[in-house]
Amino acid sequence: MKVFRATRMERCIGCHSCSLACARLVHKKLSWNTAGIRVKSLGGVTSGFQAVVCLSCDPPPCAEACPTGAMRPRKSGGGVLFKEDVCIRCGECAKACPVEAIYLDRDQTPYVCIQCGRCIPFCPHDCLELIEAREAGPACEEACHVPK
Amino acid sequence: MSPNNAFRVLVVDLASGKGDLVLVDGRDKWCGGSGLAALLYERYGQKELPAFHPDQPIIFAIGPLNGYFPLMSKTICGFKSPYNEQYAESHAGGRSSASLRFAGLDALVLRGRAKRPSCVLAGSRRLDVLDVHYLWGADVFTAGKLLRKIAPGNSGHRSIMRIGPAGENLSHYACINVDTYRHFGRLGAGAVLGSKNVKGVVIHGDADLPLPEDKNYPKLFKDIHDKVTATDMMEKYHNLGTPVNVLPLNELKSLPWRNMQATADPDAEKISGEEFADKMLMHNAACSGCPVGCIHVGMLREMFSKGHRFAIHQVSYDHEPNFACGPMLGVTDPSEVLRLIDATDRQGLDVISAGVALAWATEAMQKGVITRDETLTNLAFGDVEGYRTAIYHIGHKTNEFYEMLGQGALVAGKRYGGEDYACVIGQEMAGYATGETYFVAQTLGFRHSHLDTGGYSYDQKHDEKDVDKVVKFLVDDEKERVMLTNLVSCLFARGVYKPELAAEALSCLGYKELADNLDGVSDFVRNARWKLKAATGYDPMNTRIPKRFSEIVTWKGPVDPAHMEALRQAYAKAVTAMINAPG
Repeated sequence: MKVFRATRMERCIGCHSCSLACARLVHKKLSWNTAGIRVKSLGGVTSGFQAVVCLSCDPPPCAEACPTGAMRPRKSGGGVLFKEDVCIRCGECAKACPVEAIYLDRDQTPYVCIQCGRCIPFCPHDCLELIEAREAGPACEEACHVPK
Repeated sequence: MSPNNAFRVLVVDLASGKGDLVLVDGRDKWCGGSGLAALLYERYGQKELPAFHPDQPIIFAIGPLNGYFPLMSKTICGFKSPYNEQYAESHAGGRSSASLRFAGLDALVLRGRAKRPSCVLAGSRRLDVLDVHYLWGADVFTAGKLLRKIAPGNSGHRSIMRIGPAGENLSHYACINVDTYRHFGRLGAGAVLGSKNVKGVVIHGDADLPLPEDKNYPKLFKDIHDKVTATDMMEKYHNLGTPVNVLPLNELKSLPWRNMQATADPDAEKISGEEFADKMLMHNAACSGCPVGCIHVGMLREMFSKGHRFAIHQVSYDHEPNFACGPMLGVTDPSEVLRLIDATDRQGLDVISAGVALAWATEAMQKGVITRDETLTNLAFGDVEGYRTAIYHIGHKTNEFYEMLGQGALVAGKRYGGEDYACVIGQEMAGYATGETYFVAQTLGFRHSHLDTGGYSYDQKHDEKDVDKVVKFLVDDEKERVMLTNLVSCLFARGVYKPELAAEALSCLGYKELADNLDGVSDFVRNARWKLKAATGYDPMNTRIPKRFSEIVTWKGPVDPAHMEALRQAYAKAVTAMINAPG
């Protein structure tokens, strides 16, 4: 199993190509928001950009908070699978996420990264990657670029 | 998706703070962007009234492809220009066009005058006109920081436009700053906002829209994305950026130096694109939806106390600001160039006009036409401190001289003397002393911009004096650019979005009729814009090119005044034909 990491966000130019690709290809929408990865400025464009994205927690608190089993832990590697047809739009998953990685649309439908990596080819600066979950450290550690 | 052909336009009455969401027909005729702005000016504009009259609208319009395809990242601002009292356009990127798309709007129109200094706040489910009297007087960057607090939410997914003191004080070339690094730069849109008591406009892109139904859409998107990123087509824009032009232009004796008293100088190597990239470039940034990332942000490190205390300024640079704050003012240190760009940005001035106006003032001071009594500081080529002081004075309209200079170098030249060496061709020149074609093209061009047509590029490749050929080039090239500014594409993508690809993209979104008639629509909008410009006072025959433009030498030799005049008359005739073409 692979997990998604936004490891080199200091290279980000804020073009939003990743989130637009996720919205377009995964969630079939045209939007800045309905995407598993969303790029925010850190208080204006002069201060750089942050990827708001699932850290593939294991166990994932969003799945624990979900009352209907719509948000379930993946079999291995961390992160979640989302089953829209059993989601009751309670929004508990988004509340439980410590890094606000789950977006709720106006109907309270959650949008979360599914670790598929389809956004990666659209990043012009190679900020994003998929890595083998068994080789991956915590998401925060990955971003530190510590040689292994 | 079967797109609703009507334009969704939010029309805001600033006096009451209320808006109307209006559905405007005409997609197949006007397309969007330039066409939509012209259509809305026809509908809401007051051709006979002055630019600062409260009844004049200011229009922000996008086109059918914005948000849907890469590099469709620009917004058209349509307004009556205080600089020339004619209908005008200015273009900007940043997040403005994506924000309008994701706010569910094709255009935002501001009418009337707010009772108090205000900020307009629009989104897919909100409209507010907030009293921000406490921001009046704030520089552009302070205003931007505070507006982020005042209009919270959607960080990274909104556009923050604002004006500086220059817009408040109605300088005729005050700009609108868009998302810190981009601008509706030319012809005074910032002053029009100032005249309306509008300090800022925040657009929240907070809607989720359905994807086009055409199954081919994701593939077409990827094909275009691959084209702009995987080939070297856009390399010059994201590598050194437009300052890559400095050395070649200087080599061709086509770089204006010291109020265009010279067209080449060995010091060009100190301010080349390579020097800026090596010494000043801090990072690149992008307009939303553009993977090219052509915005070059330089780091200005300012030691403000001898104890090694530093302040960092991040300043976006490009060929035009570099030219206006560099060679045109005799400044050849990249740090000093960035300091001047930063100073004009803070005041909310169009950097090209400010730099070129100061270049005129410097020569006028050298010649004794004006003195320190007027300028309040010493103006000398290369003297950055004097220029920084003067930039503050233009922004604040400190005295009569700066009021005149804030209306343009030619206005000041008329008042004090020295019109012959005011480098004004329609408005202050851009950074190309390339010769007759460009000088005529900007003098007569619809926006008086170097981007109306590729005249500056034509000059660098042709030295034959074939008037008919040049005029044909200008007329055809303008049409192709109008096609792009209807969509609204970044003009840097003109090598990618040829008419066939533009038609394919439109067709993919369901705009079949528009796709089939793209050429006719471009013709129609081009002529419609000219008609509006003429109806607001423009007479192409009644244009002139100051003497300085005949006094220079380019790679082709001395500029030929007779050829330039023949070209001016022939292009004016062609423009007149477009003005008079059947509607």
